[in-house]
Amino acid sequence: MATPTISTRPSSPTPRPKKKELPYPLNIYQTAVGKKWVMAVTGIGLLGFVFAHMLGNLKIFIGEVEEDGVLVQDIDVYAEFLREIGEPLFPHGSVLWLMRLGLIAMFALHIHAAYTLNKLNNSSNVRYQQKTDWLASNFASRTMRYTGPIMLAYIIWHLADLTWGFTDALYSNDGAAGPATGEWHHGDVYANLHGSLGNPISAIIYIVANMALALHIFHGAWSMFQSLGINNPRYNAARRYFAAGFAGLIFVGNVSIVIATMADWV
Amino acid sequence: MSANTLSLTLQIWRQEGPNTTGAFETHNVSGIPDDASFLEMLDVLNENLIEAGKIPIEFPHDCREGICGTCGVMINGRAHGQEKGTAVCQLHMRKFNDGDTIAIEPWRATAFPVIKDLVVDRSALDHIVASGGFVSAPTGTAADANDTPIPKEVADSAMDAAACIGCGACVAACPNSAGQLFTSAKLWHLNSLPQGQPERFRRTEAMVDTMESFFGSCTNHGECSEACPKEISLDFIAYMNRDYVKSKVFNRKLASQK
Repeated sequence: MATPTISTRPSSPTPRPKKKELPYPLNIYQTAVGKKWVMAVTGIGLLGFVFAHMLGNLKIFIGEVEEDGVLVQDIDVYAEFLREIGEPLFPHGSVLWLMRLGLIAMFALHIHAAYTLNKLNNSSNVRYQQKTDWLASNFASRTMRYTGPIMLAYIIWHLADLTWGFTDALYSNDGAAGPATGEWHHGDVYANLHGSLGNPISAIIYIVANMALALHIFHGAWSMFQSLGINNPRYNAARRYFAAGFAGLIFVGNVSIVIATMADWV
Repeated sequence: MSANTLSLTLQIWRQEGPNTTGAFETHNVSGIPDDASFLEMLDVLNENLIEAGKIPIEFPHDCREGICGTCGVMINGRAHGQEKGTAVCQLHMRKFNDGDTIAIEPWRATAFPVIKDLVVDRSALDHIVASGGFVSAPTGTAADANDTPIPKEVADSAMDAAACIGCGACVAACPNSAGQLFTSAKLWHLNSLPQGQPERFRRTEAMVDTMESFFGSCTNHGECSEACPKEISLDFIAYMNRDYVKSKVFNRKLASQK
């Protein structure tokens, strides 16, 4: 009996060459589904950071408190507390640095997964001429690849502005609370914030960046459930509300600090 | 006969073969009855082209009743056109207006190379199914029906997934050309049933790996489910993600025994 031959058509698509499989658990990260899983897990960690960061910053509304008989800004007390976490078991500032390392690792994985998946997706897609008529996607989901890099650029600027004080030449004294131009002081959170936001350009950067953050969260905080396989028809609608609520909360919370500081309410 | 007829301007993708560059070609058709299907409209155009001594346009079609999954083109940037839950063959010209300009393209994906004009090679989908979309049961003759009790809800869920006709609209509608909706539907219609359990994780890993060697990755836009003529749910993608990572994490021992 003649063996049937399978003809390969010239049009047949060629699969991508398989990479050598790394040992467990690194092999999970080698696959696109695994990368999305890592993106979701690191995303949850970053959501936690964003939330805690906002809570800490909202302390600016508490204003002055008495410590050891002196009036100090509560947010400055909180900033010092972050360095004291874990004392006296751990040395001063060490637990904060551990948390920072975790944060940096989460950012690195989140960005690397996004970059490689984006490359894979671009190589998988082909465009003819007609524009895609979007049905289900929204502005937030389509702009993830832009709001992500915007956030990265903003984080670097935010660190340079308030953590390292590189941009204190832009500080401006708009009221009684603000320091003079070029007057960045380590640990003096309240004064630094007023100095930075005394400059309207700086304030606009903060507000625009928070818009990008809210958009990124609006899609990401929903998408992570799908990537992790957390799906139950009974609760699926709640996932959307969670994402919208979280994005709205972060935006309102963060922007209220910017506006209140600019208006010298705090 | 319908009283209403349409005159249309069609911008159609023409491409000689897989290795040539294609371009849009403009054609005018008139006298299309509004109860014709979209494919019948293309038939009329092809008759005109043949009479004029030109080469007719190749387009994919077979059963023309929305159950085989052969047809499928992008119409004005939407997979299977604007009608929800409908394949091109069941899209009727009454959904268009007289004088419309309609752009028609083949499915978009590098894994779907154009064979000719609007016909693409969807063998990548076949490779996914061939890598695990089956139940191996070398256990003698076929079992009696209802030998294995299956709850109604489970059977319904499996049937919803099995409704996938494999047309490839999900891939074409996806901005990343991901095959997630197709693969997850094929997985869930076996993975949700008792008969599919023995090979559940082996199947999930094999099919996802094959999928990823051809297609992009999911960014949870949800375009696929909207374009799907069978309205397959996005939920299946979540179940697939869950099973895949579970397999990698918890089922390593079993998987390595394959």
